[in-house]
Parts: sequence; C-alpha cells; structure tokens
Amino acid sequence: MISVNLLLVVCLGYVAILFVVAFIVDQRARHRPIRWLQSPVIYTLSISVYCTSWTFYGAVGSAARNGLEFITIYLGPTLVFVGWWWLLRKLVRIGRAHRITSIADLISSRYGKSSSLAVLVTLIAVVAITPYIALQLQSVTNSYAVIAGDTDGVTTAFWVAAGMALFTILFGTRNLDANERHHGVVAAIALEAIVKLTALIAVGVFVTFFVADGAADIFDGISQEAIRGSGDIFGARWVTLTFLSATAVICLPRQFQVTVVENIEERHLATASWLFPLYLFGMTIFIMPIALVGLEVMPAGSNPDLYVLTLPLAEQRNELALLAFLGGFSSATSMVIVAAIAASTMVSNHVVMPIALRLLARSNAVSGDVRNLLLTSRRISIALILGLGFLYFYISGGSDALAAIGLIAFVGVAQFLPCLLGGIFWRGATKAGAIAGLLIGSALWAYTLFLPSFGGHFILTPEVLTSGPWGISLLRPQSLMGLSDFDPLVHAVVWSVGLNAIIFVVVSSLTKPDILERLQGTLFVGVYRSTGGAMSSISAGAADAEDMFILAQRILGLEPARRLFDEIAASQGITVGLPHATDAVISRLERELAGSVGAASAHAMVSRIAGRQTVGMTELIDIADETQQVIETSRQLAEKSAELERAAEQLREANMRLRALDAQKDEFLSQVSHELRTPMTSIRSFSEILKDSEILKDTSVSNEDRSRFVAIIYDESLRLTRLLDEILDISRLEAGSSALKLEPMNANNAVHSAVETVAGITLKADVKVTSELSPDDLPVRANADRLRQVLINILSNAVKYNGAEVPEILVRTSHDDRTVKIDIIDNGGGVTREEANTVFEKFARGNRSVLSSGAGLGLPISRAIMHAMDGDLTLEFTRDHSSFFRLTLPLLKTT
Amino acid sequence: MTTRVLLAEDEPNISTSLTFLLERAGHEVKVETDGDKALETALSGWPAILVLDVMLPSLDGYEILRRLRDDVRTKNLPVIMLTAKGQREDRETAMKCGANLFITKPFSNAEIVDAIKDLATAVSE
Repeated sequence: MISVNLLLVVCLGYVAILFVVAFIVDQRARHRPIRWLQSPVIYTLSISVYCTSWTFYGAVGSAARNGLEFITIYLGPTLVFVGWWWLLRKLVRIGRAHRITSIADLISSRYGKSSSLAVLVTLIAVVAITPYIALQLQSVTNSYAVIAGDTDGVTTAFWVAAGMALFTILFGTRNLDANERHHGVVAAIALEAIVKLTALIAVGVFVTFFVADGAADIFDGISQEAIRGSGDIFGARWVTLTFLSATAVICLPRQFQVTVVENIEERHLATASWLFPLYLFGMTIFIMPIALVGLEVMPAGSNPDLYVLTLPLAEQRNELALLAFLGGFSSATSMVIVAAIAASTMVSNHVVMPIALRLLARSNAVSGDVRNLLLTSRRISIALILGLGFLYFYISGGSDALAAIGLIAFVGVAQFLPCLLGGIFWRGATKAGAIAGLLIGSALWAYTLFLPSFGGHFILTPEVLTSGPWGISLLRPQSLMGLSDFDPLVHAVVWSVGLNAIIFVVVSSLTKPDILERLQGTLFVGVYRSTGGAMSSISAGAADAEDMFILAQRILGLEPARRLFDEIAASQGITVGLPHATDAVISRLERELAGSVGAASAHAMVSRIAGRQTVGMTELIDIADETQQVIETSRQLAEKSAELERAAEQLREANMRLRALDAQKDEFLSQVSHELRTPMTSIRSFSEILKDSEILKDTSVSNEDRSRFVAIIYDESLRLTRLLDEILDISRLEAGSSALKLEPMNANNAVHSAVETVAGITLKADVKVTSELSPDDLPVRANADRLRQVLINILSNAVKYNGAEVPEILVRTSHDDRTVKIDIIDNGGGVTREEANTVFEKFARGNRSVLSSGAGLGLPISRAIMHAMDGDLTLEFTRDHSSFFRLTLPLLKTT
Repeated sequence: MTTRVLLAEDEPNISTSLTFLLERAGHEVKVETDGDKALETALSGWPAILVLDVMLPSLDGYEILRRLRDDVRTKNLPVIMLTAKGQREDRETAMKCGANLFITKPFSNAEIVDAIKDLATAVSE
C-alpha cells in the first residue's frame, strides 16, 4: 500500500510545481512573452480542461455500467471542433473585438449590455456548475479513500474543497492586474493536461497488455450487448448525450474561458480543431479495455468509477497507482481552478461591481479602491463557489455515479445555447426573449433534473418525486405532462432546452429591441464586417454654419473642409460665403466626418453642435465599440500586410526568373535570325546575279563561274534546311514534347556502330581511331539512333578540328555501379577551361570559331538528347588540362 | 571611276558575291575575314570605302568602327555596316559608332552597289 504521508507529499509537491510554472510564466509574460507558450498546442492543451475527473475516473465507470455510451461525451466536442469550428471562430472574433470576459459578459453585451441578463446568466452558471464541482470533490475524496483506507468522506471532501479554494485563489487572483487573461494558469493547465493524458494511457497500456493479453484477449468472448450496453446506439439517449456534450464544450463557463477569453490568436483555433479531437481520442482509447478487465478481475461490488486506481493497486503496482492518483488529481484541480476563475469573474464583474459602484458613488470614495474590491470579491466568490460544491456533495450524499452528476451540469449550461446562438446569428433576437427563455429553461432544469438529483433530500420530498406536487401526477418532476416513457435525462433536456428555445424565439419575435440592443446585435452578427452602425438623423436645430465649418476644418483639414463647404454652398446656389445649415447639410457633414473619425464619434460631435449639448451614454458606448473594432481591424491589417509582403517577395523572385528566361528567349531568337539570314544573303545575292539580264548576256562571265554560283546557292539551301531541322529538333527536345523511345541496349554496340560510320571520314582525314571498350556488357536504356547521332557528332567534330600532326582519337567505355561512361578523347588539344563553359550554348561564339562551321547547334542538341535519356554530355579535363567529351547514362540494373 | 573597297566579311560566299559585283562595277576589292586584320588594313590608308560586317572573329564591327573614328586618318572614311541582326538597336548602335550607312542582310545587289557608287562620288568631290 501507498502510505498516506507519501500521497500528501506527492500531491503538495505537484501543486508546488504547478504554482511555480504559473508564477514564472506570469512574470515572464509581463516583460517578454515566452514564444512557445504562445503556441496553438498550449492553447489546445488548455481546452482539454474539458476532460475532468469525470473522464479520468467516471468514463470507465460509465463504460462498465452502460457500455459504449460514454463515447457520446467526447463525440459532441469532436463534432463541434471538426465541423463547427466556424461557430467557435465567430465567438473568438466577437470576444476579441469586444474584450469579452465571460459567457455572461458576452450574452449581456449582445443584448444591449443588460445588467439584469448578466446577473441571470451568472446565477444559472454558478448553480449549474455546483454539481460539477461536487463531482470533482467526490472523485478526489473517493480516490483518497481507496489509498488511505476507510475515512470520513465528508471530512476529506471539506479539506479538499478548502485546499482547492486556497489553491485557486493563489492561482487566479494573485496579481493585481485583474484583466481577463491568465497566462500562468493556462500554462499550468496545459501541464496538467499532459499529466492526465500520460497517466490514463499508462494505466490503459498496463491493463491491456500486462493484466490482459492485449486487446484481442479482452474483447474475446464479450457479447455485443455488453459492449453496446443497455443504451440503444443512435437512440434518443445517445442523440441527447451527444447534443449535450457538444453544447457543453461551447457553453460551459470554463470552456468559454479557455477557448474564447484566453485565446491569444484566432488562428490557434485551426490547430485546436484537429488536435483537440485527437487529444480526446487519446483519453478515450483505453476506457473500454480498462472497464472490461476491471469487471473481470475486480471482486464483485467494487466501484467501477475507481478501476483506474484500483486495478494497478490490485496488481501491486504502487507507482502506477500513484501516477493514476496524480492524473485524477490533475483532472480535478484543473477543472476546479478554471471553473472557479470563470465563475468568480462573472460574480465579481456582474453582481458585486455594479452594486459596489452604486454604493461608492454615493459615498464619493476614490476609484482606486475598485481594483482591490474586484480582487477581494473574486476571492470571496471562489470560496463561495467551492463552498456550494461542498454543500451539494454533502446534501446529495456523494453516492451517485460520477457521469450522472456531470450531466446535470451539462443540461444546466445548455440553457445558454438558444440565446447565445440567436445572439450571434440572428439580429432579431431581443433581451426580453433571452431573459424569458433563460428563466423558463433554468426553472425547468431545476425542477426536472437538478432538484431530483438530491434524491428527495432537498426541497423536493420523495413524495413529490413519485406522485407530483399536491398529488398532481401531471406535474411529476421526472415525467411532466405524463411523459413517463423517457429516460429522465432526455425528458429534462426536451422540456428545458426545448421550451427555452421556443420561448426565446417567440418572445424575440414579439418584442422590439432598443437602440443599443439593435446596435450590439448588428456588431455581433456582422462581426466579420469591419464597419457598421447605421446613422440616425439629427435635426439641424440650432446649428450654426460657422461652427460646422470649424468642426470640419478641425477634423478634415482646412483645404478639404473649404472644398466641401464650397461645394455644398454651390449646390444651394450660394456663390460667396457659407451654406445654410439644413438637415441635409448636417447629415452630409456627419457622413464626411465618419470617414475620418468613425460613425459613432462623428454622430456625437455633430449632435453636439446641432444643439444637443450632452453626449448620451449610447453614443459613448458606440464610440468605444468602434474603437475596439478599429483595433481589431488594424491587427488584422498588420497580419494581412505581412502575408502580402511574403507573397510579393515570391512574386518578385518568380518575375526575375521569368525575366531571365525571357531574355534567354530573345537572345535565342536573335541568334536564330542571324544564323538564317547568313545563308539567305548568299542565296539571294547569287540568284540576283544569275537572273540579271546584263550578266546573262555578258560573255566575260565564264560558265565555270555560273555553275560555281549555282553550287553555292545549292549548298546554302542545304545549310538553311539543316539549320531549320536542328532548331526544331532542339526546341522539341528542350520542351520535352518529343519523348524519345527508350529501350534496353548495350552501350558498347552503339559505340562500335558509330565508330564504323565515321570510318570513311577518319580514313580520309588520316585520323587514327582506337576503341577501348569495357569487357562487360553495358546495359542502358537509350534510343539507339539518337545515341549514335550524338557519338557521330562528337567524333566528327574531333576529326574536323584536330590540329595535331598525327591526329588520334581514343574512344573508351567504362562503368561503375550506377553509371556508364563513354569518353571521346582526341590529341587535338580541345578547348580551354574558359571556353568550356560556352561550348554547349546555342550559337555560342566559341562554337562558331572553334568547334563548328555551321550553326553551332550540334553540341547543344547532343546534350539535350543525352538529358532526354536521363544521361549527360560534359566536357572533362585530363590531368594535363586537355579536354575531352564524356557521355554518361544510368547503368540499367539487370535483375 | 575606280574606287578601292575593303570588304571586312568572314562568310566566304558573301564576300565572293560582293567581290564579283563590285569588280564588275569597276572597283578594286580587298577582303579581310578577321577583325584585327581588317582594322589594320583600314588604318593603312588603302581603302577609300569600307564595307564592314558586324560579326567578325577577334574584333567585332562596332569596335573596329569606334577605333577608326578615333583615328585622324580614318575619321572621315565612308563606312557601310552590314549585319544579319537587323534589329532597331543594332542600327542605332551602328549610327552612334559613326557608320555612314547601315544595310541589313539579306540585301539586294543593286542596293549595295548603288550605295557604294554614291559614296564613291561623294568622296571624289
């Protein structure tokens, strides 16, 4: 057994580590944020606060009792993150644009900054998460009891609650900057996310592969019913559970806190949309094996909610049990910390502050006290929330299965869904509709699910539960209107969320939003549009044209203001002086000013000179909202411009490459033109001579001359044809449009045949050709005709330009394990290293003067042919600096 | 009227046809196929007219023309530039270097013979 002292030391040490992490990150965040902590991975890990001890312990219990049903709790969030990320993105965008601090803030802000709505949402949230907090207390208490033996559960739970309250106060309200983001807490939560994942997977691997003989062994002989459980897959309860978990991941105050409020960059959501489902997959993969092995190995009557802990203990693996305990502890603490911070923010901002401000205003106290008051109220709220959790645990007797308790909280926060979705997608949604829906929904939730969960110990007596209040069976909490065929949970969801949504829509349609509601509605629904806000008309009233001009001049500058007023005056038929101050002029001015200072400010300014001396609250709020929008827009602009800069850089590079190619093409065309014009010049000139009537009659021009001229014309025509063929050939080869037909062949044969072909000219020029062919076969994939063409071209060049006294050519073939080489070496000296760079260029000068008489396309074509056969043609140098040509081809592997 | 014409041209067939035509017109013709040689002969004072190809081995036509214009002896030597390139920039370069005339290949025989006749008349006057 693990000693209680060891357990306490480990837990305290773990908490200390978390605290140090949070402390360091907070300190650093103030001066220089740590780069990797701003990563989307940390963000995703913090979202995994979704996996509480309900997951860590309860999922196994749920699997043992109801089979695969536990999957639904993770299916909902997965569907939301994969398929509905655009909804989350809109929430995040709104949260950033309006500096939203909590879900209550978002809902109240949307419905005209209604403080009553904020209080209502806060109350529902606090009550709804109470069972959830109790669940964490219960799981820590139970797991502690497993190790410490039989203890008084209530006492343990009390100390756990007190410890967690202290812990959360230290974490969440340590610094005086009471702003909405907590970098330190997020880092600690991310660390806890890793700990719980590691612990659960470690237990899963141990149970699956060491207690049992792998997954096949576990699932062998298990009936389908046992795995599917009592629940009917895709039945009402499955669908309800999936809906609830999908709702919870959006509406739970702590999920809203980590997903929306703590979001640093909107694009982090993109990563979370696949990484968070992956995390959930990791958390759930071993749930079923643990449950099945637990059912088989553990004695009957042992609590399946604790298998994760009791299985390693039963197998005498104490260190694993300790890790499991720590994982469960992690799951519980991370949930409690974030949930309590989120709830305390709501309580202090929406309940305590409005009251305090009213009192302070009366007593004329200094505003510096506000911050301290804020922190104090948050600390007290945290203690209060954990106190409520403990109370729930105490009253409900701490006996229910973990999963059942968690679901009560899920249904509670699901009441936010109608007014939340309606608020960000439907302009017509009104405050009255939201309040009515929330009131009905939460009341039904309390009556049908929350109060019955105490099992008749709190407010509702057992008699009411079984036969309805005053004996009216139609009002029985768990079968309202006689709907008794349903599962209690499905029943509660259908009644509370269903009526909530219907009432919300009906009341919204029947009521009219006030100005601020309408404005906020427009801003929220159209958050992706950068500017908004309709302009309300202002009466010209006592406005004076001179005042208007001064205002315009101050905002627009003297010249533009003068131009504007001249134009207005001209339209009124006034040639000299200022225009008359009519309503039309006022709204024209407002429109012009809005372009510079935003619609709201412009509205406020113009109404001031139009006679309404005081700027209303509405206008001030408009100004503030627009400023926030401008900030958000400029942040997006900065991102966009960085993106554009990168794109521009790539375009510049591409453009440079294209320009270089274009210049090459121009050069080539110019060369082609030059090469074609030269033979054409001779042809034209000599044909003009021959057809000239005077020369025709002139007997001093000999017949030999005439036939010499004809021969020149003939030769130049051939040269022209060859040139055209070559140009077409090389452009096709380079464009790759004429794929050569390649077949396996022996390179030695091609060399042999080429040498025989040039035998005529070598003999005539008295050049000695020696062949040193490799004794091995040289299998290559090549086009026999083309390879011969290359060899003949190089051989005949070597014959033509060999200036040695005793000209010799050596043809040598060889190979290594990958390449076949054909070297053609002559003793004519070849080209210099400087010229070597240009011999393969089309029509290169070096070509013309040194290597060829014609167009100088022979070598470029030869090289292009070799490239088309996956080989190469290069100019190599021997040790004594004379050059020779080398053909290479890949060696064909014969299997 | 006999004029001494220097042909700086490396394409043998073209110089053959030009030699034939100019000798028939009564001129005295000398051919150089290399840039350096052509410059040397031109500076020697022998030719009265120079027909200069742009693409010549060892020294190109533009460079030859520039050097001739820098020399007092050949500052005013009439020069006809021949080129197979024929783009606008080539004509401009030729004129900037001080060519009297610019003829693009392929030319008509009459064009070049008449041009030399005109230049010869101008020189003698």
